[in-house]
Amino acid sequence: MILLWLIVILLLGGLLAWAAGRWSRSASRWISLIALSIDFAIGLAIWTSSAGRVDLLRQQDWLRELDWNWIPTFGIHFHLALDGLSLPLLMLTFLLGIMSVLASWTEIHEAVGFFHLNLLWVLAGIAGVFLAVDLFLFYFAWELMLVPMYFLIAIWGHERRVYAATKFFLFTQVSGLLMLIAILVLYFAHHAATGIFTFEYADLLGTPLSSHAALWIMLGFFVAFAVKLPMFPLHTWLPDAHTEAPTAGSVVLAGILLKTGAYGMLRFVVPLFPAAARNFAPVAMVLAVIGILYGTILAFAQTDLKRLVAYTSVSHLGFVLLGIFAWNKLALQGVLVTMICHGVSTGGLFILVGSLQERIHTREIARMSGLWQTVPRLGGTGLFLALASMGLPGLGDFVGEFMILLGVYQKSRILTTLAAVGILASTFYALKFVQYVFHGPNNHHWKLPDLGLREAIIFTPLIVILLWLGLYPQLVFDTFNPAMETLQQHAGQTMNAMRR
Amino acid sequence: MNTADLFALLPLLLIAGTAVFVMLVIAGWRRHWLSLCMTLIGLAAAFGSLWLVAPLTPCQVTPLLILDKYALFYIGLILAATFAIAILCYGYLQRHSEIREELYILLLVATLGSMVLVASSHFVSFFLGLEILSVALYALSAYLHTRSRPLEAGIKYLILAGSSSAFLLFGMALIYAQTGTMELFRLATSLAGIQNSPLVSAGLTFMVTGIGFKLGVVPFHLWTPDVYEGAPAPVTAFIATVSKGATFALLLRYFHTAVAQHLRPVLVPFAIIAVASMLIGNLLALLQTNVKRILAYSSIAHMGYLLVAFEAGGSLASEAIAFYLVAYFITIVGAFGVVTVLSNEKRDADTLEDYAGLFWRRPVLASIFTLMLFSLAGIPVTAGFLAKFYVVAAGASASIWALILILVISSVIGLFYYLRVVVTMFARVSEESAPHAEPHAIGGSYVLVALTILLLWFGVYPAPLLNVIRKVLPI
Repeated sequence: MILLWLIVILLLGGLLAWAAGRWSRSASRWISLIALSIDFAIGLAIWTSSAGRVDLLRQQDWLRELDWNWIPTFGIHFHLALDGLSLPLLMLTFLLGIMSVLASWTEIHEAVGFFHLNLLWVLAGIAGVFLAVDLFLFYFAWELMLVPMYFLIAIWGHERRVYAATKFFLFTQVSGLLMLIAILVLYFAHHAATGIFTFEYADLLGTPLSSHAALWIMLGFFVAFAVKLPMFPLHTWLPDAHTEAPTAGSVVLAGILLKTGAYGMLRFVVPLFPAAARNFAPVAMVLAVIGILYGTILAFAQTDLKRLVAYTSVSHLGFVLLGIFAWNKLALQGVLVTMICHGVSTGGLFILVGSLQERIHTREIARMSGLWQTVPRLGGTGLFLALASMGLPGLGDFVGEFMILLGVYQKSRILTTLAAVGILASTFYALKFVQYVFHGPNNHHWKLPDLGLREAIIFTPLIVILLWLGLYPQLVFDTFNPAMETLQQHAGQTMNAMRR
Repeated sequence: MNTADLFALLPLLLIAGTAVFVMLVIAGWRRHWLSLCMTLIGLAAAFGSLWLVAPLTPCQVTPLLILDKYALFYIGLILAATFAIAILCYGYLQRHSEIREELYILLLVATLGSMVLVASSHFVSFFLGLEILSVALYALSAYLHTRSRPLEAGIKYLILAGSSSAFLLFGMALIYAQTGTMELFRLATSLAGIQNSPLVSAGLTFMVTGIGFKLGVVPFHLWTPDVYEGAPAPVTAFIATVSKGATFALLLRYFHTAVAQHLRPVLVPFAIIAVASMLIGNLLALLQTNVKRILAYSSIAHMGYLLVAFEAGGSLASEAIAFYLVAYFITIVGAFGVVTVLSNEKRDADTLEDYAGLFWRRPVLASIFTLMLFSLAGIPVTAGFLAKFYVVAAGASASIWALILILVISSVIGLFYYLRVVVTMFARVSEESAPHAEPHAIGGSYVLVALTILLLWFGVYPAPLLNVIRKVLPI
């Protein structure tokens, strides 16, 4: 039941914020903040209460569960469940949700109520994606999170917002429909094999499929998730959407929405179709490495600060894809840490760019420089986040990417080497970011207000989390390990079922 | 024909009686609200009588009409849609000083025609129903006779529908000449083994042409955009839903079983029609800047989606079609309802500029239109999503992958123009350029809110509706 509340609180909070927006702008901001904080607190409570039960978890799959009949004629259930994979991602969702509300506190002036409705509903959709274990419900939530995101970009975005929003919507919609077909094929294949109509994740695991069919169905899922991830060459919506979105939109997009792609790969693609995924792994891994290098190079070449940050996402998520298809313990642990840290560091960078833009009304790198003199605290934060993003040891991103490299090394040395080059190359864009924006002479004679209290409240937790995960990531592993073992076990079981 | 048979015809008799009664009352006492009230009472009574008739089903009344659960389901759908459209008409006509009351008579006659259509079991009743419907529609399309567009629409519809009826009639005659029966139930069995005879092939071709015209599918779609654009908005809603829905219900009932059993070759032309409708409908919609024309081309595409389910065959497909039609009725009446509510005494609100920034002026109305458009596009939470899901499921269960892929591609093309309308509504426009003094119609708003609630209800919790459909559908 508590899982349903997580979503309902966001939905109701959104409606309340919309209604309140008619009378007072700050009322809708506060309502959103409170709704997200309640969810965050609930998540934290679940986490702390289950932390002690790690060993018990090995017997049961889910930490919390809710299973209602929804559309019985199709065998569709309203089935939400939480495990060690979805919990950290859910926490990330609520955390970045709070940060986005805070980040848009002074940025959004028009239609504030409706803005928060969309923001909370996109987060509710994302929470639904992380919690759904009925494939129909998953698809429902998957599609649902698009619409508010589309509005966030199309209404409050920057110059080319309609183009970017439409592109984003179409890319995800095409790939989503392919996934729908794949889900339905799997559904009918399962019926053909067992005589039961079900969209239940646990039941569909181990559906016997011919290797040919499995490959095609897997590709349907894979493309949907690869577009979201985004994987090279399906990434072209990303720079536009990230750049044109308002700060909160960029944070949600980069910080969480991209993770739904990775989550889908982890939860569905490999466990449902392990053999097909194994055969396909070389292709995916090569594309992942291309994405890492390509994202890094393009990030370096950007003149728009937000676009620079956007392209770093392509690179970081390349690591995630690489780790998922390596599919061993080290790599998977690295994947989860990278997902969280990328969300935190890139989310932080987008907020930073947003607060710079609010001050100087441009995102052009060429028009900045010497900002350190006038906004030293903001500069220091920028340096920290840039270093985290390039993978400085001691910060979270390094831990994740390093573990992925260790895991991938067991599969392919060449790919590991190339990916490691990607980490090295990321220094270029990180240093470019710091040098061109903050260092150098203050040619434009900027005189700006430095980091205020609200911004300090945003950045401090982000910095603390990056440090914490960089120095002592064990807590996340403890939560994730049982879930990861279950996933690996599922993948193994499915393999056995197919051999039989 | 005994009393029980007559009683089974109660819904049809009630509508026919209401039409006559409204006419007589108008002769003596011309009041707009009174005509509406009588119409609504008649429609509601007919709707209620379905429950009285239901225990008698299936009941064959003369060889002409069959009243079974299938027919009652679609009659109910038609009555409900007409009820909503009648209320929309009231708000629409209030703004015109022309003669208003007769519209309801025409509406009731058209409803009667479509009810006969879904209950018909004979060539004669099929044709009679179609003609009652069409003749009323000619007059309805041209009802605002002082404007040029409606007149043009009415005449276009008259000529094209007249020629299509001729095709249909000729096709029926050819098939009758070969098989010696006009009963639709015997169509399938009597055609078994002789479908290769030239008379039957020609007859079927002509019949498909006639039906295709009514459905407005490619290549018989040319009238759709012009009539949709020209006819008054609530009448367009009626043409798009009741007229097309009734024809599709008939097509499904007879051709579905016949095709599955004996007429497999007919599937090929229907598949071609489906593909052409989906692609051409959506592609041409991209070029439009008139909201009514956009909806017209979108309805061509939607008929294509329905034909995909038709191609799939089987019980899943007929359920899918029933659900799809319910969702489609709600959505289209809702969409044209918004157009109706925004129209003024000079012209219908059909250009994109009429919708610019609508959300910031009329948030509820714009939200409703957005939901309707999302339903047409098949986005979750709306009934349109589940409808599309159902159709894709039916297609997947029959493994017609090519058609499903084209459905997916064309519905993505469709997203483009739906999103364009949505973006227009959410765009910020300066106060001066906004069209001002938009009328408020109270009755219409209630209808729209009710439709939106239904849209969301069936989109989120469709189990009750699905149960009804499951109970009704074994034809």
